[in-house]
Amino acid sequence: MTLTLDCLGRPCPVPVIELARALPGVEVGQTVTVLSDDPAAGPDLAAWCRMRGQAFEGGTGSSWTVRRLV
Amino acid sequence: MTPRTFLDAASGLPFHPRAREAFLAALDDGWADPARLYSSGRSARQLLDGARASVASVLACRPEELAFTANGASAVYAGIRGAAAGRARMGTHVVHSAIEHSAVLHACAELTPEAVGVDSTGMVSVDDFAARVHSDTALACLIAASHEVGTVQPVAELALALNAACPEVPLLVDASQVLGRAPVASGWSLLVGSARQWGGGPVGVLAVRAGVRFRSPWPEDEHEGGRAPGLVDLPAVLAAAVGLEAAVAESSAQDARLRALVDRIREQVALIPDVEVVGHPSLRLPHLVTFSCLYLDGESLVRELDALGFEVSSGSSCTSSTLEPSHVLVAMGALTHGNVRVSLSRDTTTEDVDRFLAVLPGLVARLRDEAGVSGL
Repeated sequence: MTLTLDCLGRPCPVPVIELARALPGVEVGQTVTVLSDDPAAGPDLAAWCRMRGQAFEGGTGSSWTVRRLV
Repeated sequence: MTPRTFLDAASGLPFHPRAREAFLAALDDGWADPARLYSSGRSARQLLDGARASVASVLACRPEELAFTANGASAVYAGIRGAAAGRARMGTHVVHSAIEHSAVLHACAELTPEAVGVDSTGMVSVDDFAARVHSDTALACLIAASHEVGTVQPVAELALALNAACPEVPLLVDASQVLGRAPVASGWSLLVGSARQWGGGPVGVLAVRAGVRFRSPWPEDEHEGGRAPGLVDLPAVLAAAVGLEAAVAESSAQDARLRALVDRIREQVALIPDVEVVGHPSLRLPHLVTFSCLYLDGESLVRELDALGFEVSSGSSCTSSTLEPSHVLVAMGALTHGNVRVSLSRDTTTEDVDRFLAVLPGLVARLRDEAGVSGL
C-alpha cells in the first residue's frame, strides 16, 4: 500500500511541501508516490530527501517515489 | 522611497565610471571608420588598436588573436561554431561541463554534446572530463567559474590533462565571471567573455589562439579577423577596454573586500533554518553567493526582496522564462526552489550587506508563515 499525492499542475515547491506534510503519516519503511509534471519536482524531491534523511527512489518523469526511513 | 541596493552583479554591471567617460569621449573622437585613411579614420584605428592591445594583455594573448563581438553570447556562438567547423572532419562530438552558461549549451546543442557532471559543490572532475574527450572530439568547453554558484573550475589542470591526452582537441573557456576579477588560467585554445560582467558595456570578446583550427561562422569580411561581422561599435569597445583596465586595477582590493562580505553572508544565511548555501566554500568567485530556502518559491523571494529594496536573481524555475529550474542547481543536486543568488559589485557597501542580512531571516520566516509551511 503506497500513498499517492496528486500534485499535477501545481508548481514547485508544492510537491515538496505536500510530501513533507504527508510523509509523517506513513509507517517507516513505507513509500509515498508524488505525481508532478513540474520539471523541478524530481530534483527538488531528491534534494529534500537528502536534507531530511529520507530515501528518494526515483521516478518516471511525472511520478516520483519516496520511502520513509526516519 | 525605499533605497535601491543592486545585488545582481553577475547578470551585468552598470558602466564603470571610467568606462562611461571613455564611452562618452568616443562619441566625439571614435565615431569614424577605422579602415579609412583620412585623419578621423586613422584616429579611430589608433583607438581600436589600443583597446585591442589593452584587452589582449589582460587575456595574455596577442592582439591579433582577439576579436570584439556584439555581446558575450555572440562571442560564445562564434567561438563554438568556428572551432567545431574548423574540426568538422572529426565529427561533431563536443564535451562540456553540466554547469555551462545557457549560451554555451545552446551552441553545443547544434553539435553532438556530452555533458560532464559536477559534485555537490558544483566542481567538475578533471579525470571525468578528460575521460570523455577523445582524439576525434571536436571541442571541449569549460566555464572558468560558475555564474550561478561561483565555484571556480580546474581550467589549468584540465588544459594540462587534455594537452597530454588529446593535444589536438581545442579547449574553449568561458571566462565571463572571471575577467576583471582574477587572472585567467592558462592553457585555453579559445576564450570568451562579456564586458557587461566587468562594467564595460555590451561587448563580447573572443580570443582564438594562433594555430587553433577555426572557420568563421560568418562570411569572412575584413573586420575582426573575419570572426565578427562588420564594424565594431568603437565607443562600446573603448569603454570595454577602459572598464577592464579599471576592474583589473581594483581587483585585488575588491577581491579581499567582497570575499569577506560574501563570507559573512554565507555564515549568516546558513543560520536560517532550512536554508542551504550552495557552491564551493573556498574555491569560489569573490563576489557571488547562492542559497536555497526550503518550501519557498524563488519568485516570491525576488519580488519581496525587491519591495524591500534589494535586487537579486534566482535560479528557480518560476523565475525563468522557460519555467525550467536552473540546470546548474539540478546538476549539483541542490534544492532549486526558493533559490536566491546575491552578487556584489564595487558599489556594494558593508552597510548594504548588513541591511540585507538584517531583513532576510524575518522575510523567510514571514513567507513560510504565509505559506503555512513553518515547522514542516
